[in-house]
Amino acid sequence: MRLHATILQLKAMTAQQSGSRRRLLAWLPGVIGVAIVLYTFIGGGYLVSVVSFGLIYALFVTGLNLFMGYTGQVSFGQNAFAAISGYMSAVLTTTYGWGVAPALACGIAATLVVALVVGYPALRLKGHYLAMATLAIGLIAYEVAVQWQSVTQGYMGISGIPPLGVFGYEITSDRGNLAFLALVAGLGVGAAALIRHSRLGRAMTAVAGSEDAARALGIDVARYKLLAFLIAAAYAGLAGSLFVHVVGFVSPEVYGLHMVNLAFTMLYVGGIGTIAGPLVGAIIIILLPETFRSFRDYQDMAYGAVLILLLIYAPRGLASLSDLWSGRARG
Amino acid sequence: MTGLLLVNSLCKRFGGLVAVDSVSFEVIAGRVTAVIGPNGAGKTTLFNLISGTIPPTSGQILFAGQNITGHAPEKVAAQGLVRTFQLVQLFQNLSVEENVKVGCHLHTRGGVLAALFRPRWAREEERAVEANARELLEFVGLADVAEASAATLPYGQQRLLEIARALAARPKLLLLDEPAAGLNREETQQLSSVIRRISERGTTVLLIEHDMTLVMNTADAIVVLDFGCKIAEGAPEDIRTNPAVIEAYLGGVEGISSVTGDNRKVVADE
Repeated sequence: MRLHATILQLKAMTAQQSGSRRRLLAWLPGVIGVAIVLYTFIGGGYLVSVVSFGLIYALFVTGLNLFMGYTGQVSFGQNAFAAISGYMSAVLTTTYGWGVAPALACGIAATLVVALVVGYPALRLKGHYLAMATLAIGLIAYEVAVQWQSVTQGYMGISGIPPLGVFGYEITSDRGNLAFLALVAGLGVGAAALIRHSRLGRAMTAVAGSEDAARALGIDVARYKLLAFLIAAAYAGLAGSLFVHVVGFVSPEVYGLHMVNLAFTMLYVGGIGTIAGPLVGAIIIILLPETFRSFRDYQDMAYGAVLILLLIYAPRGLASLSDLWSGRARG
Repeated sequence: MTGLLLVNSLCKRFGGLVAVDSVSFEVIAGRVTAVIGPNGAGKTTLFNLISGTIPPTSGQILFAGQNITGHAPEKVAAQGLVRTFQLVQLFQNLSVEENVKVGCHLHTRGGVLAALFRPRWAREEERAVEANARELLEFVGLADVAEASAATLPYGQQRLLEIARALAARPKLLLLDEPAAGLNREETQQLSSVIRRISERGTTVLLIEHDMTLVMNTADAIVVLDFGCKIAEGAPEDIRTNPAVIEAYLGGVEGISSVTGDNRKVVADE
């Protein structure tokens, strides 16, 4: 009897140990992401701007992940929400002389209104149909940015957008931008983690798991899809506005289809449905082309090869690599 | 003896096919009621009508005095009528414990702001949800695997998890759609003990089942359907000897002994 109890105790202890080791490993991708940001901050140089863009994308992809990874829906049109907020920020600060903070807040508010109006009918669609509808939203936003010249100045774009700042303080250095963006991205990822482990996040994940079961437990599926869509749009709007203030310029190309492309690559490489995935994916994908610069003509090929290798060896994304190392990988 | 659920001449037509043909019955509070019948008798359609998954062609469903005919599933669930599925519908992407926590959705609150700012009431509520989930996992015997991913559970445990999750919604009436399908003998025995204990906790149960052992061991009342019509209703011992039921199940061949004798898996329809 005693022996049996001891064995059970031992088993429980080893289970606990492997559990905490797993939890440590789960943090690893995030730690690597933070280390890269710190390294560039200290090292300086032009990589600072590259990683800054990476952090802006990290916010954008974190929102996309809430909608696609947690809630299990598809959107190819998140760039539209970045565009609405970005242009709103640009126009309000340049043409109307608003401060950056109110312009940014207004941009996000406008994004939310549009997302609500668009999302309410569009989210009745599922799967491919939802994908097509959202793709259309992105294309429409692009066309509006090109054609509405009196406001957006068409292909010319808007330049001279003031840098980030509030109450007369302005962030003028690249390092300052990086530090600020790291803080905002950190808060953004933290907020996503809080959402994931709340009643809201569980309801969203339930919708992804089985809509029938979710409804049978009293979850208003349409409502939670819309909420996830709105939260994702808010993240996209924030990223879109931050971008124009960091770069000081905006044109339709900034929010073109390539933005969707890049965001999807980041999401899948980083690990869809994981908390640290979007951050890791964004930083890695933004840095990959830089890493292969010395390959010159073969740069794109090397980039493509790395993407394929990542998808083969880490199909659930970089953030799930820790599962492989801890020997708990599942097919 | 009050009727918690009253089904009143309920009909469902799919084109020319009458899947449920003016079925009426009532579920008495505190009892375990079973709906049985050969394949294609309309049992699952009946369940889908009651739980709001599909609207009826005509007829009425009254639950706890309220008319819930044609209400959406989430509305029906909010009234206290919670179902499980014939093919287990777990949230595969969540852990066992989180699955049960989702079940607590109806009697908790909090959206975006509660998630981000975690005020004291939200933290207290989260602790209560956690305790509730633990208690229910203990109840169905899954406490050991609380941290495991729901997708990794063997089928029998997935069934129990689905029941624990439904109980987390604190139903007045629990609808179980073929809970023993795909289970082996021991798992079925474990299941019938769980169903009995659910009933003892004061939750009324309505189940569809093929497994006669389970039905005879757990049900207080039985409703028999055949070709969409109710052909019998009563206590298990009456149903066992009812000629119409034997006719429906065994096509009139001598099967009385197998129905009345060792009541393991009499039904020859699956």
